[in-house]
Amino acid sequence: MATLELTLEEEIQAQPAKRGRRLGLLFWAAIGWIVLVFAFAIFADVLPLPSPTDMDMLDRRAAFSAAHWLGTDGLGRDELSRLIYGARISLVVGLCAPIIGLVFGGALGMLAGYFRGRFEAILAGSMDVLLAFPPLVLVLAVIAFVGQSIFNLTLILGVLSIPASMRVARAATLTLSRREFVIAAQALGASHARILLRELLPNVMLPLFAFFLLGVAVIIVVEGALSFLGLGVPPPISSWGSMIGEGRESLDIAPRLAFLPAAAMFLTVLSFNLVGDTLRALTDPRQGAL
Amino acid sequence: MNKALLSVEDVVVDLPTPRGNLRAVDRVNLALGPGQTLGVVGESGCGKTMLSRAILQLLPKKAKLSGRVMFDGQDLASLDPEALRKLRGRSLAVVFQDPMTSLNPVLTIGTQLMETLQEHLELDVSAARKRSVELLAAVGIPAPEQRLMQYPHQLSGGMRQRVAIAIALSCEPKLLIADEPTTALDVTIQAQILDLLAREQRRRHMAMILITHDLGVVAGRTDEVAVMYAGRVVERAPTPALFKKMRMPYTEALLAAIPKLDAAPHTVLPAISGRPPDPTRPIKGCSFSPRCRYAVARCHGEKPELTEAETPAHQFACFHPIETPVAVPS
Amino acid sequence: MMLQASPMADPLLKVENLVVEYIVSGKTVHAVSDVSLDIARGETLGLVGESGCGKSTLGRAVLQLRRAQSGKVLFDGNDLTAMGGDPLRKMRQRVQLIFQDPIASLNPRRRIGDIVAEPLVIAGIKDPEKRQKMVSDVLTAVGLDPALVMGRLPHEFSGGQCQRICIARALVLNPDFIICDEPVSALDVSIRAQILNLLEEMKARYGLTLLFIAHDLAVVKAVSDRVAVMYLGRLCEVAPSEQLFARPAHPYTALLIEAIPVPDPDMRPAEAVSVGEPPSPIAPPSGCRFRTRCPRADARCAAEVPELRAVAPRQYAACHHPLI
Repeated sequence: MATLELTLEEEIQAQPAKRGRRLGLLFWAAIGWIVLVFAFAIFADVLPLPSPTDMDMLDRRAAFSAAHWLGTDGLGRDELSRLIYGARISLVVGLCAPIIGLVFGGALGMLAGYFRGRFEAILAGSMDVLLAFPPLVLVLAVIAFVGQSIFNLTLILGVLSIPASMRVARAATLTLSRREFVIAAQALGASHARILLRELLPNVMLPLFAFFLLGVAVIIVVEGALSFLGLGVPPPISSWGSMIGEGRESLDIAPRLAFLPAAAMFLTVLSFNLVGDTLRALTDPRQGAL
Repeated sequence: MNKALLSVEDVVVDLPTPRGNLRAVDRVNLALGPGQTLGVVGESGCGKTMLSRAILQLLPKKAKLSGRVMFDGQDLASLDPEALRKLRGRSLAVVFQDPMTSLNPVLTIGTQLMETLQEHLELDVSAARKRSVELLAAVGIPAPEQRLMQYPHQLSGGMRQRVAIAIALSCEPKLLIADEPTTALDVTIQAQILDLLAREQRRRHMAMILITHDLGVVAGRTDEVAVMYAGRVVERAPTPALFKKMRMPYTEALLAAIPKLDAAPHTVLPAISGRPPDPTRPIKGCSFSPRCRYAVARCHGEKPELTEAETPAHQFACFHPIETPVAVPS
Repeated sequence: MMLQASPMADPLLKVENLVVEYIVSGKTVHAVSDVSLDIARGETLGLVGESGCGKSTLGRAVLQLRRAQSGKVLFDGNDLTAMGGDPLRKMRQRVQLIFQDPIASLNPRRRIGDIVAEPLVIAGIKDPEKRQKMVSDVLTAVGLDPALVMGRLPHEFSGGQCQRICIARALVLNPDFIICDEPVSALDVSIRAQILNLLEEMKARYGLTLLFIAHDLAVVKAVSDRVAVMYLGRLCEVAPSEQLFARPAHPYTALLIEAIPVPDPDMRPAEAVSVGEPPSPIAPPSGCRFRTRCPRADARCAAEVPELRAVAPRQYAACHHPLI
């Protein structure tokens, strides 16, 4: 009988795969903020808030009060309510656009990294062309052509996110395809589809997801910038970016009108960055090594 | 009796890990005179690399070192970083296992050689260059002038290791620590590199610590061998005594587990069951007892200390040592 | 035409004039140049050589993981080089591969039970209970307790244990032939012996034929019936193990044997003849590829490629000036 592993039992029982180490306070605070923003955005309709579009011309730029917790803006609309509804826009665009990038870019990247050859060359080339295009000009052109709407905005930003995800997926797949467990699968006679889905995808998912979260942060800012310039979501829909833009006029009288949405955006982007960064560090394969 | 050049006294290295404290090196004592070669043999996780780092004072930041490391009369742990820096590279040199990672991939060979010379010996550029060419020739690299301009990836593994040795030897060190210098190399190159080290050592009357997992490597090339297991030295003896009259069952098992050239094919190898212990979970009693075929009850309960065999130079840590001398197959 | 080394009646594997080349940054690497060999049923053939000699490439080419430029690989009479798609996949179930790095051979994100069951799924065994039983059986055979092992991830195991899992994965479909590509090089000395013993045991139990690729001569000798020595893409010598080590015919074989460190302190190693480094497979020397490091080389060695020919009963060497 081949020598049995004598000490296997006690050692295995003593070390469950320890993943959650030292996720600091900052990480959990970031998670908390994200959860909060999500909750408000989802339940905005149910919350006892004044309508974000009700204009109270007599009470413009009012200070904090019981009726308006964060005051009112230049047109007398409730600031808190606008912030919360604005969160919706930021999150919708901020999540959907990178998801488009993740799904399409990830798929293309994996295929390119696995099959290599001419297919990869053509794909990498097209991505380079897309990346070389000044993104702002492209967005403007497309919006001017098809019109300003959340859907169009999300779509174009999604398309622009594809090259970056594709690169991450391709790089991860390139490294992984060389490793012996992929060759082992090929030696077993696994089909390409099986190798891509069962062997490669679970390993590529992690770095891709971490990258995705960073992408969310970027898109929120991009959407904010576009809306600030008046090129993003069309009025009367408010997003944080457009609120900052409107608050520009009142900077000397009521600076909070610009700073409150800016603070909200800052905290949200920072939180996504922190979570994304921590996840990226955790997916580093050198864990548990002595 | 040579005054010891290097004296490792009761050195302990502790590493805090998420799973608890890891005692990588557990009260090790060694002494080495000028011109002598010490072989340190053990498998992965036995602490031999940590020991070499402890000697060089290059432990990871989190590690805690206790005990003394006396080199050339000075306690290395008490020196300030500047004094240590002057020692390293000059009197105390290292050759690592993987020359691809121990050489800087973005600097030329020449730059890496000359910077050591310029730093420690304060040679000017042309003197450093001349000396570099001499060093490369001494380690057996053909066309040394051309090599100065090349990058590590342009050379083969054996060549890179020769360059690493050249850098280590450049300032005529008193002690060279070679940490698995040939493990990553082919067997014919291995023999050449080991010969090179032996030759240079004799010429420079340099002390050397040869760290390896291969008992075959230390057999003909060392004066003394220390066998390590789970952070401790479990047997230490002059080389011939170790092979002919080994006491520690682990040493015997290690030797027996090496496939021999004169054995017939398909003979069952006497394998040691189980595997090396997890250093974060120290075993009560002798660390080798779970795998030892001679183990008795005492071995599981008490940790054996190093005791002497026939001569003071031969020490082992075992309650149930092998008494009869082992015939070494030739 | 190359003489078949030990022509045999019904070999399980027959490699004929295999040539494998690939392009690396514009240059052609001659990894395997015109290699022919046979492996009999139930035999272990050891394939030995240093890095860059092409032994791993040969192993992969046999499995068609790397397509050869020319030559044939006949497995049990079937020409693998002419196959593709489904028939090749079916053939693959009879030939398995074990790698050097056991931890890298296992998908870090999948559980051991899934990993070892994978060949069964690919082979189309649909019943999960049947698969579970087969996985359990094979894990027990390699010395691991299935209950403790199946739900875990690879990083929870040591190198030796991972290699056992890889062996289990290779055995689960009851193959005929296993190619072991440096299976113990990455393991500790004490674990090596365990794994080698395990391979021998499994060979006996499952009636396997093995191609054992390694750079360590002593390890190869311990498990092989016959040994083939490769240098820079060509076979130098093929002979039964005992014969090869007792009286090597090819100078390279002799060099390899001399270079092995012997754990005997009385044998002071002779100053190794400094014969330099192996040349690159991109521009191999003309004629005999070993001539640049061979003390017996002459003009004929540069002009003529030596063919494998019999220099003793069952011993074949490709050398113009063999040692015997």
